[in-house]
Amino acid sequence: MARTSTVSAKPPRGAGPIAWMRDNLFSSPFNTALTLAALGLLWITVPPFINWAFINAVWSGETRDVCMAPETGACWAYIAARFDQIVYGFYEKAERWRADAVFIIGAIGIFWLATPGLRAKRAIGAFMLIAYPVISYVLLSGGLFGLDVVPSAKWGGLLLTLIVAVTGIVASLPLGILLALGRRSKLPVVRILCIGFIEFVRGVPLITILFMASNLLPLFLPEGLVFDKLLRALVAVALFSAAYMAEVVRGGLQAVPQGQYEAAASLGLGYWRMMGLIILPQALKTVMPSIVNTFIGLFKDTSLVSIIGFSDLLGIIQKGNADPEWSTPVTATTGYLFAAAIFWAFCFSMSRYSAWLERNVAGGKAGAGKT
Amino acid sequence: MTANADPATAPLIELSHVSKWFGNFQALKDVSLTVQTGERIVICGPSGSGKSTLIRCINRLEEHQAGTIRVNGVELTHNLKRIDEVRRDVGMVFQQFNLFPHLTVLENCTLAPIWVRKMPKAAAEKAAMEYLDRVHIADQAKKYPGQLSGGQQQRAAIARSLCMTPKIMLFDEPTSALDPEMIAEVLEVMVDLAEGGMTMICVTHEMAFARKVADCIIFMADGEIVERAPPSAFFENPREERTKKFLSQILEH
Repeated sequence: MARTSTVSAKPPRGAGPIAWMRDNLFSSPFNTALTLAALGLLWITVPPFINWAFINAVWSGETRDVCMAPETGACWAYIAARFDQIVYGFYEKAERWRADAVFIIGAIGIFWLATPGLRAKRAIGAFMLIAYPVISYVLLSGGLFGLDVVPSAKWGGLLLTLIVAVTGIVASLPLGILLALGRRSKLPVVRILCIGFIEFVRGVPLITILFMASNLLPLFLPEGLVFDKLLRALVAVALFSAAYMAEVVRGGLQAVPQGQYEAAASLGLGYWRMMGLIILPQALKTVMPSIVNTFIGLFKDTSLVSIIGFSDLLGIIQKGNADPEWSTPVTATTGYLFAAAIFWAFCFSMSRYSAWLERNVAGGKAGAGKT
Repeated sequence: MTANADPATAPLIELSHVSKWFGNFQALKDVSLTVQTGERIVICGPSGSGKSTLIRCINRLEEHQAGTIRVNGVELTHNLKRIDEVRRDVGMVFQQFNLFPHLTVLENCTLAPIWVRKMPKAAAEKAAMEYLDRVHIADQAKKYPGQLSGGQQQRAAIARSLCMTPKIMLFDEPTSALDPEMIAEVLEVMVDLAEGGMTMICVTHEMAFARKVADCIIFMADGEIVERAPPSAFFENPREERTKKFLSQILEH
């Protein structure tokens, strides 16, 4: 490293990859040992995995025989053969365009809302919140406009996972906000109800609530008043995640300085405008990482609906794994790896998007504004 | 509702035998005070004397527990709707500015006029720019509060209050959180406001400001109004022992 003898304005620092490695990976004996241990661990895990998942993998084939050879890696042929089922479940083949339409509208809507600078966000947002669920419901279940009825029991795969996850995510935030506000309310009845609900739901595992919704509720409700099983599961998931969301939002509300409440009050804004315009925008921004964390947890928790008999992404893969037609030594491993990859892709996207949002949302805390 | 509701002669603010406790600590002891339209009042006193509590009771950021407070002819009670109505006509400037950090300076100023007064956005922005110009920070309108100096933030906060065209302005130690070199620019705006005829109540220790603009100065100690006098009498000839002691402490340096 050539370093001039003139006094530099910046602290002296080595440049180039070798200097970087010396500074960061081998700066002390302990650090060197850690580096070597980590490299060793990567060496014994990553190459075999790549061998198994890609190099020795079987990429195409019509039957299980292609994956029966010993030393076979992942059986992607099985995923390819079952791909439609993994995406749509048992949704009738001729009607799958309806699910596609729901996917496409949803993808466009989310892309539109998530991309800064696109216009008419308010209109699109209202459409996605109000019209889109209705359109999706009519499209998917049919019975109107000459569409054939497809009972919700046939919905499955990624379609079902996304329905449960998106419903849960979209419903849990507003419900959670209301519960959090209720928990901090000065009205004792509201406060006690909200605390009771939150503490009850948080104290019970989701799987229990799902069982209650699917098996117990029909016992209580009079005949004919029993809702669709999927709807019950959706409500259960939404209420469950709302309780967690409420606690996250409450943390954000507590982080907003008292002076903000007082300034809003002194302008005569009134409670709802104060909350909606001043307090919640700041509170939600503060806890954005935790909100997304809850979303991600919820997205993965949706796989629990497979236990009450739904064939969501994980459920349909488990069913496929057990199918003798594709029974091979690597079927189940491949299936689970694929499910993991899909879950990871969705959750990682959410996490990246939220990280990007945190960096780019205008305003920010005092002194941290955009320049 | 009562006899003195005639708006022409009734005082703009009327506190009568107001008491307030925080737990067992009595912050205000039987305080009575009337403020006429256009009056400029400075409240001073040692810390913990109840000055801030007193003006925070006027827009009910604190609830008083005994006595009555009338502002602009409306008695402050648990009726939240009427309190919001009162607050729309009473501007408040805080020690810590309390600008909304997620909104630009201009948005800070137009928020309440748009949402509370239902002004069209364009008109609200035009009015806001006029007030921002009046406090000399029109060029900062598009910035966020975090990008402004303390003095600029406090002037923006004053403009935010003025945008609601309040009948009364309350100042709660508006210069106490400022670096010394920024105090003058805020006081200048307040003097300008006072000379424009605004009814003002200022909790402050800026005695030069008090001498210049106040119609009367109130000295508080231990939750009571100890002395109320015009500036000349207050500074030259204080009657009460506690006032003399306070003045000697504060004017020494």
